[in-house]
Amino acid sequence: MADLKTLVVGRKDAVDLDVEQELPHELMTVNMGPSHPAMHGTVRIVLTVDGERIVKGDVQPGYLHRCFEKESEYATYTQVFPYTDRLNYVSPMINNVGWAMTIEKLLGITKQLPRRAEYVRVIVSEVSRITDHLTCVGASAMELGAFTPFLYFLKCREWLYTLLEEVSGARLTHSYVRVGGVSKDLPVGWTDKLLARLDEITAVMVEVEAMLNQNKIFRDRMAGIGALDREACIKWGQTGPIARAAGLDYDVRKDYPYSVYPELEFDVPVGTTGDCLDRYLVRIEEIKQSMRILRQAVAQLPDGPVMIDDPRVALPPKTDAYNTIESMIRHFKHIVDGIRVPAGETYAFVEGGNGELGFYVVADGTGRPYKAYVRSPSFVHLSTASTIIKDHLIADVVPIFGMINMIGGECDK
Amino acid sequence: MSKKVLDALKAKFGDAIEATDDQHGDETAFVKRDKLREIATWLRDDKAMAFDAPVFATCVDLLDWRPVSIPHTPSTNTRPEYDGAGPRFEVCWQLRSTTHRHRIRIKVRVTEADPKVASLTPLWIGFDWQERETFDMYGIRFDGHPDLRRIYLYDEFVGYPLRKDYPKEKRQPLVRRPDLVGDH
Repeated sequence: MADLKTLVVGRKDAVDLDVEQELPHELMTVNMGPSHPAMHGTVRIVLTVDGERIVKGDVQPGYLHRCFEKESEYATYTQVFPYTDRLNYVSPMINNVGWAMTIEKLLGITKQLPRRAEYVRVIVSEVSRITDHLTCVGASAMELGAFTPFLYFLKCREWLYTLLEEVSGARLTHSYVRVGGVSKDLPVGWTDKLLARLDEITAVMVEVEAMLNQNKIFRDRMAGIGALDREACIKWGQTGPIARAAGLDYDVRKDYPYSVYPELEFDVPVGTTGDCLDRYLVRIEEIKQSMRILRQAVAQLPDGPVMIDDPRVALPPKTDAYNTIESMIRHFKHIVDGIRVPAGETYAFVEGGNGELGFYVVADGTGRPYKAYVRSPSFVHLSTASTIIKDHLIADVVPIFGMINMIGGECDK
Repeated sequence: MSKKVLDALKAKFGDAIEATDDQHGDETAFVKRDKLREIATWLRDDKAMAFDAPVFATCVDLLDWRPVSIPHTPSTNTRPEYDGAGPRFEVCWQLRSTTHRHRIRIKVRVTEADPKVASLTPLWIGFDWQERETFDMYGIRFDGHPDLRRIYLYDEFVGYPLRKDYPKEKRQPLVRRPDLVGDH
């Protein structure tokens, strides 16, 4: 009859099993990413670990750096819109609006936009905010093993993408907003479709919240993980859901109101602990608030043009461009030389999916920006990652990273 | 509200404020390089200023700065043309106050030969990556930054891509040089 030692080790002369074998004490370096599924393929974290515990983490972005700022210096102001789509590619409309607002501020036409254009911008921005949060929450839940919410939320996201595709012609890279308004009006009957979809999404949200909010595995993985308190959020320059989860009541739409947000009623959800669970709850509540804004905006949507009537920034109507030489020339100059923006500089910002999304633009009087800088919230948020993953387990990096909601295109520019 | 910040700065520091600007409602103060840390500390700690949150840090390269005026359009330009000799870079930091909601942009002019400026990371930790990015893209050296390394690009990269004299189409092969890592 073989004894235990033979069964386990396979040989009798092995070191006595009663003696405890200690694990080596040396620290180990582990590369997480860039080709790790939870790192979105764009970030590398060099982890120094003591067993499973992280002693030091060096977060290295840059794998998706596409020179947004350099390319923008060689593009006309209108040509930059497609580049902004590729910053935060789960909420491109908000980036479009941010860029347009910056140029309008430089031109001094912020207050002259048609009201319908402002409302349409708010509507597409809030739809984008919902798609952003759906992706963030769905993907994070999936990374923790909850696959169903991911599929449900991506189904909802696809409904909204389809709606945005009807508006702009592109599913993901919309390039819909223009300096001075938006490129085309909403299709007939679009708002009814939107409202119908919002009701369906509300129903899906109930199901997903039932699956996640009181789920023990989900709560254990999220609660108390990756917390950043209010003071830390301030000095790290955190904005958006991360700051709000820590109780820092900062929302650009409320604190520095722009567009027609003052005419719409909505609440800014805040958390208390600043951990991953609160970040998740804040995002869920923001989806609901965005839907509330959308319902009001659709009800209040005024009639009228969606483009400013200013020959300096607006393209001439197509019928004129094809039939009169003056409009033809204007169209040509507009496309080739770009909108001429008076020399000067400004910084304008909007509430993006992740927080304060701003553009700092220096104009030199030509049709191209002299300098275009984007204050990308993902970059600012990711800079805290090295600090907050410290003393957590390797497995905790996944929910922390998911709830920072680093969007590669925006972070790496 | 914000104009108050510029007035208070001028009253407090006088000559250390080289110039101020409030085009488009964005308050900007150009400060003397060696006074930067002192002014920034006051902006952070004074009760009436309370600039507790960093927003962004970047730099403007003035090498090709030849502003064009547009007929019948008022220009808000306050920068003179770059003459090739004066300070080539404007390093800027934007700050925000969570209590007063005002914002300010502080700028320091530095020359190409000596692109050094005090780091504000010890005052606002949020400037850590922002200053690394500015170093990476413009080659500005931030004195007192705890970890000044390239952030988007690799250590072997030669030159600073957002400088105006770096050609947009330029390509560089990546040749690994372990001796360079973390050291500039």
